[in-house]
Order: sequence, then C-alpha cells, then structure tokens
Amino acid sequence: MTAVLARGLRKTYGTKTALDGLDLDVGEGTVCGLLGPNGAGKTTAVRILTTLLRPSGGRAEVAGHDVVRRPREVRRNIGLVGQHTAVDELLTGRQNLELFGRLHHLGAAAARARAGELLERFGLRHDGPAKDYSGGMRRRLDLAASLILAPPVLFLDEPTTGLDPRSRTEIWRAVRELVAGGTTVLLTTQYLEEADRLADRVAVVDAGRVVAEGTPDELKSRLGGDRLDVVIRDPERLAEAAGIAARAAGGPVESDPDARRVSAPVADRVKALTEVPAALAAAGIEAEDITVRRPTLDEVFLTLTATETPAHAGEERA
Amino acid sequence: MTTLRWALADGWTVARRDLIHWRNQPMTVVFGITFPIMITLAFGYLFGGAVRVPPGAGYFDFLMPGMYGMTMLFGLSATMVAVSADAAKGVTDRFRSLPMAPSAVLIGRAVADLLHSALVLAGLLACGLAVGWRPASAGGALGAVGLLLLLRFSLLWAGMYLGLVAREPGAAVAVQTLEFPVGFLSNAFVAPGTMPGWLGTIAEWNPLSSTVAAARQLFGNPGWGGDSWVARHPVLMAVAWPVAITAVFFVLSVRRYRLLDR
Ligand SMILES: Nc1ncnc2c1ncn2[C@@H]1O[C@H](COP(=O)(O)OP(=O)(O)OP(=O)(O)O)[C@@H](O)[C@H]1O
Ligand SMILES: [Mg+2]
Repeated sequence: MTAVLARGLRKTYGTKTALDGLDLDVGEGTVCGLLGPNGAGKTTAVRILTTLLRPSGGRAEVAGHDVVRRPREVRRNIGLVGQHTAVDELLTGRQNLELFGRLHHLGAAAARARAGELLERFGLRHDGPAKDYSGGMRRRLDLAASLILAPPVLFLDEPTTGLDPRSRTEIWRAVRELVAGGTTVLLTTQYLEEADRLADRVAVVDAGRVVAEGTPDELKSRLGGDRLDVVIRDPERLAEAAGIAARAAGGPVESDPDARRVSAPVADRVKALTEVPAALAAAGIEAEDITVRRPTLDEVFLTLTATETPAHAGEERA
Repeated sequence: MTTLRWALADGWTVARRDLIHWRNQPMTVVFGITFPIMITLAFGYLFGGAVRVPPGAGYFDFLMPGMYGMTMLFGLSATMVAVSADAAKGVTDRFRSLPMAPSAVLIGRAVADLLHSALVLAGLLACGLAVGWRPASAGGALGAVGLLLLLRFSLLWAGMYLGLVAREPGAAVAVQTLEFPVGFLSNAFVAPGTMPGWLGTIAEWNPLSSTVAAARQLFGNPGWGGDSWVARHPVLMAVAWPVAITAVFFVLSVRRYRLLDR
C-alpha cells in the first residue's frame, strides 16, 4: 500500500516555480527522506501533502485520500512537524497538548490523559510556558503535539535542524519507535546522516523535482563504488600523493590541502589498499591514515544536485 | 448541524487558549486594563482644566464615553497582533493541519478578543464611576455598553483581515500608531465643529464619533450635538457603521483565511 503518493505535483508563485512535476511514492510503514538544497521545494511539497497549500497542478494522496478533494480525511490521518516549531509559546507543554487534544475532538479527560502520556514519553515534565523551553524540548513538544492521535502518516520538515547531537538522537529514537509501531514517515532534512540513519528510501529533490530516488545504499553505489582516502603528514607532498593515488583510481582524484587528504573513487578496494601504501612508502611519503570507504550521502547529494542547476539560489519565504 | 456544533465547540476551545494565556500571564491582563485607566486619569487630571467641554458639563462626564470608544478602537491592533503572531509562529498552520472545524480559528479569536475588550471596558467603567462619572439610567447604560461592544465586534473582523494580510506582527505597529490620530479625529475629545471644515466633516463621519455620540446620549452625558445628518442620528449610525464594517471585513477575513492555501 502506498501511504503517500504524488504525481506531477506543481506549485507556482507568480512566475516562480517551487514544484515542477514532483513524483513520490512512500510505502506504508516506511520512512522516506526528502533531500534537497535550500529552495528545492521540500517544504512546499510537505505543505501540499498536509493540505496547507493547494497545488497548481498534479495530484497527491495521503492515506488513500486526495489532498485537495478530501482535506478533512487527510487531516485525520496525519501529524505534521513543520520546519519551524509551532506550539503556543505562552502555554505550558501540558496545556499545549491538551489544547491540541481537544481540537482532535478528544474529551476533556481523554485529552488530559493523552497529554500526560506524551509528556512522560518525551521527557517534558516542565511547568513553565513553552517559550522558556530549550530548542530541543520545544521540538520534542512539537513532535508530541503531532502525535496526539497516533497518526498513520507523519510529516517531519527538518525535524532536527539547529538541535545539538543529544536532542537530535532523541528525536531519531522517537521516530524509530514510531516506525516500529507501523507509522509511515516522510521527512525532509539537510543532514545526510539523518536520511542515512532513518530513511528506507531517499528522494533527492532539486529545483522542484525528484532527480534521484532509491535506498541510501543504491544512491551511494550509483556514484561509483568505493572511495580511497589518504591523509598524509606533509602537506607539501600532496601533489605527489595525488599522483600515486591516481594509479589506483577509477576516476578523478580530489585533493584537500586543509585536511592534507587525497580522495579518489577506486574500482578494486584490495588492490588500492595494498598498492597505494606500498607506493607511498617507496616515495617516502608518510601517511597518517589510509581508508577505503563507501561514498557518503553528502557526496551523492552534492554530485546529484550540482549538475542540475549550479547556481541555485536558495531564497526562502519569510 | 453537527458541523455548526463542532465549529462552536472548537471555536470555544481556541478562545479558551487566550483565557489560559491570561491565567499564565496575569500581568499582561492587568496592564491591558490599567493602560486606558492611566490615559483617562492623565487626561482628566492633567489636561482636564485646559480642555473646553460642552457648557455645564463636568469634565469626566464628558471624557468617559470618549475613552470608552477609544478603548474599543485600540482593540483593532490588538486583534491584528494576535492574528499575525499566530500566523507568523505557525500556530495557524498547525490549526489548519488538524481535523478541526476551519472556521473555529476565526470564531475563537472573535470570542477571546471580545471577552478581553469587555473586561477592559468593565475596568474603565469602574474607573469612571470612581472619578465621579455617572450614567443617567441603567437601561441607557446597558444600551451604550452594547453599542460600544458592537463597534469592537466590527473592528475584530477588520483586525483579523489586517492580521491575515500582514502575516507578521511588525506591521501592527503601523496600525497601532494610526489609532491615536484616528481616535483624535473624532468627537471623542474635541468638538468637530471647532475643526477646519473638511476635517470636521471627516471627524463627524468617523464611525468612532457615532458610537461615542450615541454612548453619550444613552449614558445621559453631555455631548457636542451638531447640525449635520450624522450628528443628529448617532444611535442609528452607531448601529449602521459596525454592521457595515462587519459585513465587509467578515467576508474579507473569511476569504483571506480560505486563501491561506494559495
Ligand atoms: N509564498 C511564496 N511565495 C513565493 N515564493 C515562494 C513561496 N514559498 C516558497 N517559495 C519559493 O519556492 C521555492 C521552494 O521553497 P521551499 O520552502 O519549498 O524550499 P525548501 O526545499 O523547503 O528550502 P529550505 O531547505 O530552505 O527549507 C523557493 O525558491 C522559495 O523561494
Ligand atoms: Mg524548507
């Protein structure tokens, strides 16, 4: 079953095109990561799928309901954590959750009980107004507020942007628990690591359309196998080291003088790991570190989005 | 029928959010009530001697209905600030992503702001009684209060529309600054007859003037009178203006709210 489906989704603002024929399929119970540079159209896509925006063209279904024709049904089946935290800052965490519970048409007692559960689960036992919460707490409250009715489909727009590693890990853990419970998650992120850790499938969005789609592993192997990284001690000899690496490389060698590192795609990892260290030793270049690794999603991302529109200005609506 | 019931129930839930704000931040409410009281006392005791009042009138008998009207006018920017802050902070979007009745967001704002203004007006009425202002009859006073709140009700929709258009609270500062000149360009403190001809006409046609003149009449307090048609039909105009403003801005606000998805 498809929990989130988009076909040729378009959104224009005057002459500006925010979405340009976006297609998306998110299977029930899976996590889909939407990756894209600033201004790619991630938030626009999320806002259309959560009925906050009307598409200029194309169609979309969430939990089997058309987002334009049956917005009520869609709203009954989703939770949304928007790009910017949207809780009432003058209310306490409990008051916020009770308010949203009542607006989900829970009775007073049920709303109070549910608020209590969520506060407990997200470690939000704090009495002050939400404006005094730390960024991480506020984000957790935001997430809790979108989980009042345990929605089958959850949308997270950059849920961990600006959070410290601990808060980020806490959000990730919460998302994993939800997914284990059967929730479908569509999340946008700037952090490739986040997509790598959480997403079953990743859709790379650029200039309003999906430019690549697949599992994180598929996307990485599409970039061409393993990469060799060599860090040397003496930055003066970087060019020489690059020459040595080039012999084992299956593509262009990149040098990073600041990190004293050369990096290159390699076809045969064993050959690279035996020949390069030997050649470096023979040339008297002292290596600090030699590794062969899979490309990171960052590299995939930069490669995929750089080709499409090189000078993509990431403006954002205020 | 159930749609309407949910709209009202959800509207009340949204309005109660403001009531909880008051409980959480009582000082904000206290300040909201004392601000017009302080202005009134400043006008009454500091400028009172220097201002010309209708013949034979005590200054506070003249001043108070003007202040009541001004206070209703100040509600315009208050509503605008609340609406634009909710839009800017994403709270409006969160409401819109919930399966609640969409109209409840506007209903809730209307109820909460009207309650707030009623509270502030009650404080100012008490202040008036304390400094010696007296309404002539209870029935007339009730009618006057009704007309004052009717004006506030109409400004609610204007404030909502402006807040939805502005989308950020900063723009409300401009409206806030305009409230004083608009308030002064009325019969609240000065006789329109003493203003330059065209200004006087504008002042007489200012909706605030009609409400204040009607309130003075119903409270049995002295007013300026005047020969123009508007000046001679204050109660009629104190109903007509708010009804017209409501009709226009209710439609505009609802339309604007519906268009948030564009
Ligand atoms: N209301 C609007 N009016 C005009 N242009 C808009 C509006 N909203 C978004 N845009 C434009 O649409 C494009 C996509 O914006 P969107 O916010 O969806 O990008 P995003 O991928 O979420 O970016 P970010 O990573 O910065 O959050 C941008 O170029 C943006 O300037
Ligand atoms: Mg965004």
